[in-house]
Amino acid sequence: MNKILLAILILAALPLWAADPDPASILKAVDANLTFSSSYSVTRMVINGRRSSRTVESVNYAQGEDKFFTEYTAPPRDKGTKMLKLGDKLWIYDPGTDRSVQISGNMLKQSVMGSDLSYEDFMEASKLQDDYSASLEGSASYDGRDCWVLLLTAKKTGLAYSSARIQVDKARNVILHEQLFAKSGKLLKTIRFGNVKKVGGRWYPHFVNFKDELKSGKGTEYYVDEIRFDLSIPAATFTKAMLKK
Amino acid sequence: MLRFLFKGVFRDRHRYLFPLIIVATGVFIILFFQAFLRGYMGSFIRQTSGFETGHLKVVTRAYADLISQKPFDLGFLGVQEDLENWKQAHPQLDWAQRIHFGALLDVPDANGETREQGEIAGFAIDMFGSAEERQRMGLEKGLVSGKIPEQPGEILLSDQALKRLKLRLGDPVTLIGSDVYGSLSMAGFTVSGSVSFGVEALDRGAVIADISDIRAMLNMPGGASEILAFLKDGEYDSARVVAIRDSFNQRFSQAGDEFSPLMLTMGEQNELGLLISMMESVFGIMSFIFIFILGIVLWNAGLMNGIRRYGEFGVRLAVGESKRHLYATLILEAVIIGVVGSLIGVLLGVAGLWYFNIHGLDVSVFARTTTLMTEDIVYTELRLADALASLVPGVLATLLGAALAGRAIFSRQTSQLFKELET
Repeated sequence: MNKILLAILILAALPLWAADPDPASILKAVDANLTFSSSYSVTRMVINGRRSSRTVESVNYAQGEDKFFTEYTAPPRDKGTKMLKLGDKLWIYDPGTDRSVQISGNMLKQSVMGSDLSYEDFMEASKLQDDYSASLEGSASYDGRDCWVLLLTAKKTGLAYSSARIQVDKARNVILHEQLFAKSGKLLKTIRFGNVKKVGGRWYPHFVNFKDELKSGKGTEYYVDEIRFDLSIPAATFTKAMLKK
Repeated sequence: MLRFLFKGVFRDRHRYLFPLIIVATGVFIILFFQAFLRGYMGSFIRQTSGFETGHLKVVTRAYADLISQKPFDLGFLGVQEDLENWKQAHPQLDWAQRIHFGALLDVPDANGETREQGEIAGFAIDMFGSAEERQRMGLEKGLVSGKIPEQPGEILLSDQALKRLKLRLGDPVTLIGSDVYGSLSMAGFTVSGSVSFGVEALDRGAVIADISDIRAMLNMPGGASEILAFLKDGEYDSARVVAIRDSFNQRFSQAGDEFSPLMLTMGEQNELGLLISMMESVFGIMSFIFIFILGIVLWNAGLMNGIRRYGEFGVRLAVGESKRHLYATLILEAVIIGVVGSLIGVLLGVAGLWYFNIHGLDVSVFARTTTLMTEDIVYTELRLADALASLVPGVLATLLGAALAGRAIFSRQTSQLFKELET
């Protein structure tokens, strides 16, 4: 009798085990959504400061994980400021002084244009599965969507965050909520994704809210007004010469 | 009577020499330290108020919460109209607008690439419009090479930083920092001169620029991170600044607005109040210690003297002098020694302090290891009141010593006197 009951319980539980996918495969699917050979985007960043809110607009070009070029187009004070990322190096060009300076060391921890994003955040563009190992914590509903909850733990040293908890939309393989933690376990940043749209066969969030948990305020809202993937970008775009043009 | 006692004291070397040396030395020491500490405190207040705190300082309430971090992004923007109102309300004050900021100083090579880079502490002051500000910062006095900036776009750099970054006068540099909204901001400058403040914390790497240049760099139109106020007569006065602060805050500060102005006294900044009151009470503490220690030494000297004058006291009691009178003459003798010894101590002190008042005392060795802002050379500050005040512990110590030692007189038995004198 007991053996029969045990067999029934095992058989009943099998579908549940089968429903839990390998967390690594979830990460792989998330990465696949975010991986592209190149991209062009027009974005707005609404920075909610202690005094006031301001909007910074930019056009951005990316190629693979290592090359990134941004030119700020508004507000007037920031217009013409450019950022170039080549591998693990980052330069900023200031039109006022006509100088391009490499950002390194402690400056990488500084905020980008006063936002809740740091240059370090900006530098991290490699695939999640390369940097983190994942374990599945369960399911949850976020923003009306059924999500997987994954705990990510850094595989290597030197990453800005040693662990993260993400909620991944089960149907679209897009991260909708992300919490980033320090080595001590302290919550450093919370990122919320929204307005997920299909662009060129992939789901992509067009709204992101970055919240630096060490700062007061509402955080920084990031809007993607236009984005195109896998297009041809001249190689000269990702050169230092482009900064002064 | 007094003349008789005076002659008695000074005709007996054993009676006056040791107590006089002790009292004179003690008074000399107390006067010297008092004058030195007053000079040191004056230097500290002058330097600290001029460089950093003012006698009073107006900041935003949000800034005040994090004042030790000097968060210029929480400073005032467009504050000029308010400042005019404050000036009218407090005509007894001189005002100075400042911005403290941190930045990277980037030195480009011929191709515009970074050649050298170093962190600096930036001071933005009204360089062109206020001679007082240049004086408060000690710019003319501290100028090592080059000239004080005369036009926008010129900066002064601490001499140590100039050498460390291998810069020459006239070289272009770029300051890289964050503006008031947190955006990266850069501004190009030319090094017009180098300065040495004699304050290690600043000499390591300071940049002094005109406030209008830094307002433009940090996107702070009409702004200032701190507005310092100085009593027009130049002397810091704790009671006066507290009264001004209370009146200002009552009139201009609003508790619910984090960018509302808040006036702080020098003592309320960086826990300087404790330091100032400690320094102010040093004279009292030193006097107490002096009276206590010298009192014990002179008590002991009085006991020895009592043993030596045992016979004399016995005869005086035997011929009918009362114990009270004998005790009173001992006390009077002590007063004479105390007054004369203290006067000698004061004269020696004044003579010694005169030298340091003119030439000063080089404390640069200690200044290197302290975070307190003081000048390298501290000039002793001698006041008549201090000289007169130091007479008091000198006389009190001898009185205490004599009063304690003289108690032995009362234990002498008149009936035993002749017997004692026979032996």
